[in-house]
Amino acid sequence: MSILIDKNTRVMTQGITGKTGMFHTKTGKEYANGANCYVAGVNPKKPGETYEGIPIFGTVREAKEQTGANVSVIYVPPPFAAAAIDEAVEADLDLVICITEGIPVRDMIRTKYKMIGRRTKLIGPNCPGVITPDEIKIGIMPGHIHKKGPIGVVSRSGTLTYEAVGQLMEQGLGQSSCVGIGGDPVNGMKHVEVMKMFNDDPDTEAVIMVGEIGGSDEEDCARWIKANMRKPVIGFIAGLTAPPGKRMGHAGAIISGGKGTATEKLAVMEECGIKVTRNPAEMGKLLKSVLK
Amino acid sequence: MKIHEYQAKEILRQFGVVTPRGFACFSVDEAVAAAEKLGGKVWVVKAQIHAGGRGKGGGVKLARSLDEVRQYAGQILGMMLKTHQTGPEGQKVRRLLIEEGADIKKELYVGMVVDRGTQRVCLMASSEGGMDIEEVAAHTPEKIHKVFVDPGTGLKDEESDDVARKIGIPDGSLAKARVALKGLYNAFDQDDASLAEINPLILTGSGDVIALDAKFNFDDNALFRHPDIFAMRDLDEEDPYEIQASKFDLNYISLDGNIGCLVNGAGLAMATMDITKLYGGSPANFLDVGGSSTAAKVTEAFKIMLSNPKVKAILVNIFGGIMKCDVIAEGIVTAARQVNLTVPLVVRLEGTNVDLGKKILADSGLPIISGSNMADAAAKVVKAALAVTAGKAKAPAKAKAKAAPAKAKKAAAAAKPKAKPKAKPKPKVKAKPAKKAGGKKVKSKATAKAKAKAKPKAAAKKSTARKPVAKKSKAAKKRAVVARKAAARGKRK
Repeated sequence: MSILIDKNTRVMTQGITGKTGMFHTKTGKEYANGANCYVAGVNPKKPGETYEGIPIFGTVREAKEQTGANVSVIYVPPPFAAAAIDEAVEADLDLVICITEGIPVRDMIRTKYKMIGRRTKLIGPNCPGVITPDEIKIGIMPGHIHKKGPIGVVSRSGTLTYEAVGQLMEQGLGQSSCVGIGGDPVNGMKHVEVMKMFNDDPDTEAVIMVGEIGGSDEEDCARWIKANMRKPVIGFIAGLTAPPGKRMGHAGAIISGGKGTATEKLAVMEECGIKVTRNPAEMGKLLKSVLK
Repeated sequence: MKIHEYQAKEILRQFGVVTPRGFACFSVDEAVAAAEKLGGKVWVVKAQIHAGGRGKGGGVKLARSLDEVRQYAGQILGMMLKTHQTGPEGQKVRRLLIEEGADIKKELYVGMVVDRGTQRVCLMASSEGGMDIEEVAAHTPEKIHKVFVDPGTGLKDEESDDVARKIGIPDGSLAKARVALKGLYNAFDQDDASLAEINPLILTGSGDVIALDAKFNFDDNALFRHPDIFAMRDLDEEDPYEIQASKFDLNYISLDGNIGCLVNGAGLAMATMDITKLYGGSPANFLDVGGSSTAAKVTEAFKIMLSNPKVKAILVNIFGGIMKCDVIAEGIVTAARQVNLTVPLVVRLEGTNVDLGKKILADSGLPIISGSNMADAAAKVVKAALAVTAGKAKAPAKAKAKAAPAKAKKAAAAAKPKAKPKAKPKPKVKAKPAKKAGGKKVKSKATAKAKAKAKPKAAAKKSTARKPVAKKSKAAKKRAVVARKAAARGKRK
């Protein structure tokens, strides 16, 4: 098993005709079971066309009805991306994965408000996506660095997730699913929600949790882990050296009002019994050390 | 993006918030003329810089005559204003705000931010105006009142009245407070602010509610729909390296250290800074080149790092995903050739097409020190920077490091004696750094040759076995030669 997506997931790409959407739809289709998984694209201006044999529809609802797609991935440019999420939510998809970076926070506040009471889950925006190795890849991560195995990975960063995966592979450890929840301050699923899913996933034996400065999601997750988690979790927080008040690349990676420091997060995680490392080169080794 | 106080007040006025009358001025004469135009007997001369804490730093003065306006304007304009937010060298004052005086009965605080927990805009209000709100939050958190604004309705009258009463606004002024608070929310929301503060918001003797100071930051991702706000950007207030980087769509932030870092991805870039520190170094910058870098972009990134005189060594850490290692390697080679690399360069490549990338670097003949993983690369760049700073060309010989920071020194110490006797090209090399003035070209050629020989072997070793000590020391030795030369070149500059 896995979390969020597997070989039976059926995906539509919103923004399939843009350069990024085309590229990543193609690599997704070529990965593992991708040829069966990628079933639709959406572009209101190009219904009836196809890309790589994938039919393009004018709306998300139509794509869902015609192909049975239950998940969408969004590569729509930032000014229109929040509206694309809204459309997927209104069509009651199971999951929306928004890769787009640079969506205004105000747009995301409104989108999250509209999502209250809806069934659709959101991953991202500003994230690498989700991969269940050897089954399906939805997003921009390099598929070939992964392999199937017992470790769950949840992270706010892209390349730092790849780094964690690379270190796991050095230890001979594959992954159940890797989830990039994104670097924006207002986003979809948080660490804790993904952690709950890993806890319930029989194929996940341990989890790497990668966080960064800003907000308090990692602390919230740590407290939940202390009370509920049945599997070992190890953690790393990026940004111990980040100066306060500066946005470190990600819109959400900022220490504001003295809050959201890496030191604070690491302290809470340790208090909650999570093994953490301050050395980003030792995530893999640390994880290996906690396996039964 | 940040703006000045006078610009923030312009925005607030557009949304109905009452502010003192005032004019922005760029010279002493303009300041006096502005005071004359305002009339009255008391004026406030306020330095306009983006940093807070201006009053304490001597950037805000109360003038009781036009002569005093002239005197204070003369003192403040052009001064290096130091506050807790400017850093030790201070920020040059280039603009003033001349305002009419106000009859202050009570000083209050109101501010807005996006609350990440509720994912809504949060209004914070306190009776403790004029103070640093972080202090208030730390010592008397009960004095801060919060409202999480429903995005569907905006700030409601009853919410405004409730919070206004809590911070001590009398019933007779609630309607005026409503104008201020709702105006602040509407400005925040409609102009895509990321932070807005009125500190202090004052209650006057006659019951008016006035924004005496104002601060706005904006969401950079939303500036595309606010050309009027983008036009308020003041480049004089921004870091010149950061401005240069922003022209090439590079995410760059200046730091205090001496090791330039070039990384793909924000999280990995932070982690790279962290590991550099962990190994005893100090990062000079945060730099995320992004996921779609071209050789041109990498070249610009190098130029920016090298234009910082503090930089003594550069660490490139790339985990190739969509961005392939061979592409980034080409970029590094092009950049290093174009910019006349003057400091040691340590490169760690991993991910897509990593072997091809490493080959390109090795074949380039450039004095690039290869890091086998993040820890190895960090240890090497720290050593290289130390060597440059200390002027000791020998130091990089120790650079063969292990993963654990504590072990690095021991390993280096162990590696050194072994490396020395075997190092045939060394005597010549050593001689050069000693005579700093020596010819550049000769050195760089020698380096190139040494590199060309050393690299393929080192790479081969890495891929087969890392443990045998003998192999390691050879590789270390060769890298050391390269590093030393690079260090020597660095020193000359």
